[in-house]
Amino acid sequence: MEENIIQVENLSKSFDISSKGPGLRGTLKHFFKRETKSIEVIKNINFGIKKGEIVGFLGANGAGKTTILKILCGLIYPSQGKLSVAGNLPYKRNTNFLKNITLIMGQKQQLIWDLPPIESFYLNAAIYDIAEFEAKKRIKKLSDMLEIEKELYIPVRKLSLGQRMKSELLAALIHKPNILFLDEPTLGLDINAQRNLRKFLQIYNKETNATICLTSHYMKDITSLCKRVICIHEGCLTYDGELEKLLKKISPVKDILIICKTDKDAKELSNSGFFIKNQNQKEITITIKKDSIKSTLNKILNKFEIEDLYINEPPVDEIIGNILVKEKV
Amino acid sequence: MNIKKYIKIYSLFLYTSIASELEYKYNVIIDFITAILSLIGSLFLLTIFFQNTDNIGGWNFEQALVIQGIYTILNGITNTWFNPNLTEIVKHIREGTLDFVLLKPIDSQFFISLKKISPSGILEIILGFSLLFYCISINQININLGFLFLCLTTLFCSIVILYSLWFLISTTTIWFVKTWNATEVLRSFLYIGRFPLNSFSFSLRIFFSIFVPIAFITSIPSEVILGIAQVWEILFELIVAGIFFMVSRRFWFFALKYYTSASS
Repeated sequence: MEENIIQVENLSKSFDISSKGPGLRGTLKHFFKRETKSIEVIKNINFGIKKGEIVGFLGANGAGKTTILKILCGLIYPSQGKLSVAGNLPYKRNTNFLKNITLIMGQKQQLIWDLPPIESFYLNAAIYDIAEFEAKKRIKKLSDMLEIEKELYIPVRKLSLGQRMKSELLAALIHKPNILFLDEPTLGLDINAQRNLRKFLQIYNKETNATICLTSHYMKDITSLCKRVICIHEGCLTYDGELEKLLKKISPVKDILIICKTDKDAKELSNSGFFIKNQNQKEITITIKKDSIKSTLNKILNKFEIEDLYINEPPVDEIIGNILVKEKV
Repeated sequence: MNIKKYIKIYSLFLYTSIASELEYKYNVIIDFITAILSLIGSLFLLTIFFQNTDNIGGWNFEQALVIQGIYTILNGITNTWFNPNLTEIVKHIREGTLDFVLLKPIDSQFFISLKKISPSGILEIILGFSLLFYCISINQININLGFLFLCLTTLFCSIVILYSLWFLISTTTIWFVKTWNATEVLRSFLYIGRFPLNSFSFSLRIFFSIFVPIAFITSIPSEVILGIAQVWEILFELIVAGIFFMVSRRFWFFALKYYTSASS
């Protein structure tokens, strides 16, 4: 059996967090006598990730996804538990470990703001001990893949958010890391830029067999990149497995969009006892249980004059949105 | 530590930060003018002090100019390296960008202390050395290799002490998040370094020699230049510099264990 490249056992992390009451009184009290509470943000989590896997971490804001990523890349000391990333204890941050990983954060940047991105790439190449000719080769290859050849020579401050994010990716991948930690990499990007970034990550994973751990609030990122997801709710792991199985398990329903021929049919259909999800004049969407598709369709086709009909899965965003707030999946 | 690698990285730090600064040329020109005016102001202040007396704390005007020279060099070094880098630590910690530094296979203290330079401070360093050479000529001091070695060693120790103090204060940001005021107090203390240590009362001398060795870092190199330094003073400065640097380094690595990174 293939060994896990990331192994986490009974991982917990607590932070001391101070709270402040409202108003001037609360402010003064907070200044002179700060009340801090120890809050457990990660609670006894276990999972393993194999080389080459792309795993999506799902959870609402503040669920603990980013904290897990930061513990895995060695930025935060865990309070308890065992962990191993590429055979290393992450928080020791030894050189070999650091050369093996990278962290990309959608909302933070490492590029030098006033200079073109190429200057930051060469600086990173020197830090990672990459010879100049090799660095040039890698920059050429990655910039081709990311389609940012022209942007390499334009000051970072003048680049669009999408171009900047691509440049951040290049800066973070110049040392060919085997494990990528991506914290909301598509945050704020337009649809095309998001799609390009996902395409790039798919190709990168295929070509290098790199392991990717990803958090994102855009479900398209998760559905198009990750076969496996780990759901976190208030610091606890609530699901670890295939995304498809999760969707089947938690969504045993289908949406049927029915376009009626006449207003009369539409009115009758809406009053015939189905669960109406949406209605727009003659277009009605009903939600039914997967095992009742046949009988429902028979009933509709026999009883009403219809122009067209579509059977759909409910949108993934909707399904995932529902599970993010559940303690158990 | 691979020295060759670090020299290469430092040369890239120099290049990228000078290139970044030169993007805003008027800012650089204004900084240069400020440096010249600041030196003129300090010299003017010194002449006012010496208007009614021949010496302060046993130092005459020509000797006190040496201290002003050392102070100008240290202030230049502060403006060139410490100010742009060490004040940035607070920003790195508040905004969580320290993550990028810590995930690089490079000494984090090296990276965070030397990543940027501000070219305007270099003019101050040049002005400080020019003032020193002028003092050496008016005080009729003979220059030889041993003299130069001692001067540069004590000056280097002074830079190390000042850096370590500043770095120690900045490191506390990991717990307190904002410590701008503490580094401002340190800068104010540095102004005290423009005057001879002997001009202070005994208790203040102890305070500014041991607890916050600010006056001490300008006085000893100045005494070496004027040929009045005691051997024990030079040794003492060497030891203090070594201890302060080691403590600042240990403290940094200790503090990093408490780094929680900023939320996303």
